[in-house]
Amino acid sequence: MKTTGVVTGIISNLVTIAFEGHVAENEICYVDLNGVKLMAEVIKVTGKNAFAQVFESTRGLKQGDRVEFDGHMLEITLGPGLLSSSYDGLQNNLATMEDIFLKRGEYTAPLDSSKEWDFTPIAAVGDKVSAASWLGEVKEGWLPHKIMVPFSFKGSYTVAKVAAAGKYRIDDTIAVLKDAKGEEVPVTMVQKWPVKVAVGGYKEKPRPYRIMETGVRTIDTLNPIAEGGTGFIPGPFGCGKTVLQHAIAKQCDADVIVMAACGERANEVVEIFKEFPELIDPNTGRKLMERTTIICNTSNMPVAAREASVYTAMTICEYYRAMGLKVLLLADSTSRWAQALREMSNRMEELPGADAFPVDLSSIISNFYSRAGIVTLNNGKTGSVTFIGTVSPAGGNLKEPVTESTKKAARCFYALAQGRADSKRYPAVDPLDSYSKYLEYPEIAECLNNLICPGWVDMVLKAKNLVRRGKEMAEQINILGDDGVPITYHETFWKSELVDFVILQQDAFDEIDSRTSLERQKFMLSLVLEFCDKTYDFETFEECSAYFKNLINSFRQMNFSEWQSEKFNSYLTQIRNILSDGNN
Amino acid sequence: MATTNAFARTYTQLEAITKATVSLRAQGISNDELAIVDGRLAQVVKIKGDSVTLQVFSGTEGIPTDAEVRFFGEAPSLNVGEGLAGRFFNAYGEPIDGGPKVEGEKRFIGGPSVNPYKREQPSQLIPTGIAGIDLNNTLVSGQKIPFFADPDQPYNQVMAQVALRADVDKIILGGMGLSNDDYLYFKQAFESAGALDKIICFVNTTEQPPVERLLIPDMVLTAAEYFAVDRNEKVLVLLTDMTLYADALCIVSNRMDQIPSKDSMPGSLYSDLAKIYEKAVQLPSGGSITIIAVTTLNDGDITHAIPDNTGYITEGQLFLRQDTDTGKVIIDPFRSLSRLKQLVQNKKTREDHSQVMNASVRLYADAQNAKTKLENGFDLSDYDMRCLDYAKEYAVRLLAIDVNIPIEEMLDTAWEIFGKYFSKAETGIKESLIEKYWKA
Repeated sequence: MKTTGVVTGIISNLVTIAFEGHVAENEICYVDLNGVKLMAEVIKVTGKNAFAQVFESTRGLKQGDRVEFDGHMLEITLGPGLLSSSYDGLQNNLATMEDIFLKRGEYTAPLDSSKEWDFTPIAAVGDKVSAASWLGEVKEGWLPHKIMVPFSFKGSYTVAKVAAAGKYRIDDTIAVLKDAKGEEVPVTMVQKWPVKVAVGGYKEKPRPYRIMETGVRTIDTLNPIAEGGTGFIPGPFGCGKTVLQHAIAKQCDADVIVMAACGERANEVVEIFKEFPELIDPNTGRKLMERTTIICNTSNMPVAAREASVYTAMTICEYYRAMGLKVLLLADSTSRWAQALREMSNRMEELPGADAFPVDLSSIISNFYSRAGIVTLNNGKTGSVTFIGTVSPAGGNLKEPVTESTKKAARCFYALAQGRADSKRYPAVDPLDSYSKYLEYPEIAECLNNLICPGWVDMVLKAKNLVRRGKEMAEQINILGDDGVPITYHETFWKSELVDFVILQQDAFDEIDSRTSLERQKFMLSLVLEFCDKTYDFETFEECSAYFKNLINSFRQMNFSEWQSEKFNSYLTQIRNILSDGNN
Repeated sequence: MATTNAFARTYTQLEAITKATVSLRAQGISNDELAIVDGRLAQVVKIKGDSVTLQVFSGTEGIPTDAEVRFFGEAPSLNVGEGLAGRFFNAYGEPIDGGPKVEGEKRFIGGPSVNPYKREQPSQLIPTGIAGIDLNNTLVSGQKIPFFADPDQPYNQVMAQVALRADVDKIILGGMGLSNDDYLYFKQAFESAGALDKIICFVNTTEQPPVERLLIPDMVLTAAEYFAVDRNEKVLVLLTDMTLYADALCIVSNRMDQIPSKDSMPGSLYSDLAKIYEKAVQLPSGGSITIIAVTTLNDGDITHAIPDNTGYITEGQLFLRQDTDTGKVIIDPFRSLSRLKQLVQNKKTREDHSQVMNASVRLYADAQNAKTKLENGFDLSDYDMRCLDYAKEYAVRLLAIDVNIPIEEMLDTAWEIFGKYFSKAETGIKESLIEKYWKA
């Protein structure tokens, strides 16, 4: 028998429910509004009163309306067909909704149950298996999609039956397992999992030990993110957060990408909807959309579902990680999620923390970031979830609760600077404020030195130092005037400009420049450092700036040319000539 | 909006009164429903057991504890139909032009959002004749963009100009806290342009209570959705002034004892504003809603919660500023941005558009640097001097809001000014375009 109750209070989307029986924290319930069932989640219980946040508009809801509790937490459906789908925050398929407007109480199936998949068994009868063990596989596009023992299965099982290779629908039984007591349990290709609980079923979660390539130089070269690592991008509006995230989504070397558009502009999501099915994934040559799932809860969609959307996205990532895949989660923007938490905490009349955010904001954020990571599966394979979130700090001020809490949780920090955006130095990632903690990991340093070249990390640190010194010189020049400082100041300043223009700045809209391979990044940084290692003997500061402007121009033309093409080599020759000519 | 209902339930005992709300004991009341409290319109904002709290739009001055409260049983609505065109309404959707009530289908205001998957990518140019907009910050139908302006800037005039020049089927004005003078200005501007048949106005003036303003955007957008979705028309929505709207939100949340967040604004400000701005849409059927709003600033401060949240929601902003060198009001090329401009530039406009735009703004930036040098007492180079002269001409002939020319002419003007002050190389424009368009 399901627990039932009646509505006793309503403030915006928070309802209080007097219930009979028992309810659980985070249990899902449905409020009946003249026959339309509105989904809600219990967020607090006092005595026989439950507080629930409704995932829809509560207009017209009355005191006394019936509520039915569902007996489980917010769950999503996991199975083949998740990729290239577009969902709302509660995993309703947006593409199969008919009306142009989102209708209240309209919940659509996340997966197509009529589609047939080519199944190949992996496990054999008699195999000992447990939660997340691979039973078989289907091809989801080009990706081997593993059919696993459901994550909710506890203890060990023996495979009693496995379906023969062939075509099956997601709800067909593809295996029968026997538990310790000898009882048989059927397994299909789909399973459900509560989004707020981290998916387990792996052997261990080591420290990240290798890097994830994004093709963005200011990330890969200067502040690399580890596979299974976490990073965040804070920045005022108009600094290019979304462009940077889209660039990463388009070109990073992940197998699966989940993009959570959380409380942001609908037209930005439309851009993904329209472009990704056309764009080519540079790593596989397949359509970008084939490796992408979009979770879209734009700013005008119900606030409570905004909070759910990031969890839904993370759960899908963990599901693919358990298949031994490299998954990237991008969430834009986690500030909107935090604001959703604030709205609810406010309605519950909780004592507020800083800026009226709930006091446990910090722990909620770090708990979420901790779900990322590289894992060793029980079968020895590895899988990973790398997470990059954006943060939209109020007033562009990085000393606000969401940015500060995220800074504690994420290991990479890509600060977008208004000044860089104003002077059109894109991506506007500040080279000095930003950091990657992974550079300090000995295992990552070793990985970089092996993967790119010996001594790479030292080269990176040197480039960072050049930028720092250049900034100091620029300040001196501004105060004292061009003539008021020694010419060596100009030289140091221009060396940092060289690093800035050639390595840091990158045109996300240029086909060639937008994505730089590690090999090419190594080549460019080495070449730039050759110029920076030289000492020059300029007569005047004009001579100095003219020399470097000319050099920067050749380097930039090279950046726009295809790697090792004829054009590329001709610019390289130009640059080599400048190098051997000395000051002239 | 309906004001009679045969089954209306009536109560006569108030339990609490604040400046914006009243509370009473009542049964079977639904969330968001309307009521009349002592002859004034009110809406249910909170239900707690038997206790119901209503927000009284026109304020609670003089309401006695034995005031009559009559519930309607439904949320605010608007009658939509072709008859809306050419009419003026108050915040409740009641005619204020002396005309008859509008016949049509009753629609609840503040309706659901468009499924993002069903949206079309905006791609139609909206020319305005103002180069600061068309050249540097091109508008696209389905876009939402505010003017950021100090209260002393002529933002309402600019907005009226933009609206009247734009090629759209309907213009719907939502005036919130509009001064009576400005209201009459809009009315007169629309009349003298002979555009009244495509104008619809919902107006709350400063003479009327501030909380009433909260209804205006939803009224306006319900009418806009009718024309865009049902009739596939191109609709331009003007909302002025959204800062005063947010102030009204602040008043209500304060009276309801909500904990304020930054700048004493309610914590839900972002969602509240997004719900309005995200109604801007390009529909697959060809209909569209474009929103141009005004957000007044306090001394150019864009870090205040209202412009800050707005900037995160809208697709750019148009920044009005008085140019001290020329005395003209200009659209600031540095702080203004149209996020959708690349969807139409060089595609719906001439091939040299984006390059000319970038070059002209970059040279204008060089002029600012030269100006700083001059102010700090450093010597100016020949290039600096030319930049300063260029900046003056650029401001007067292109950035000023009183410019009204087609886009091709803006581009030609820019080339002409480039040729006057700079060498070809100094513009940094692609060779092939220079060969084609350079004016010596």
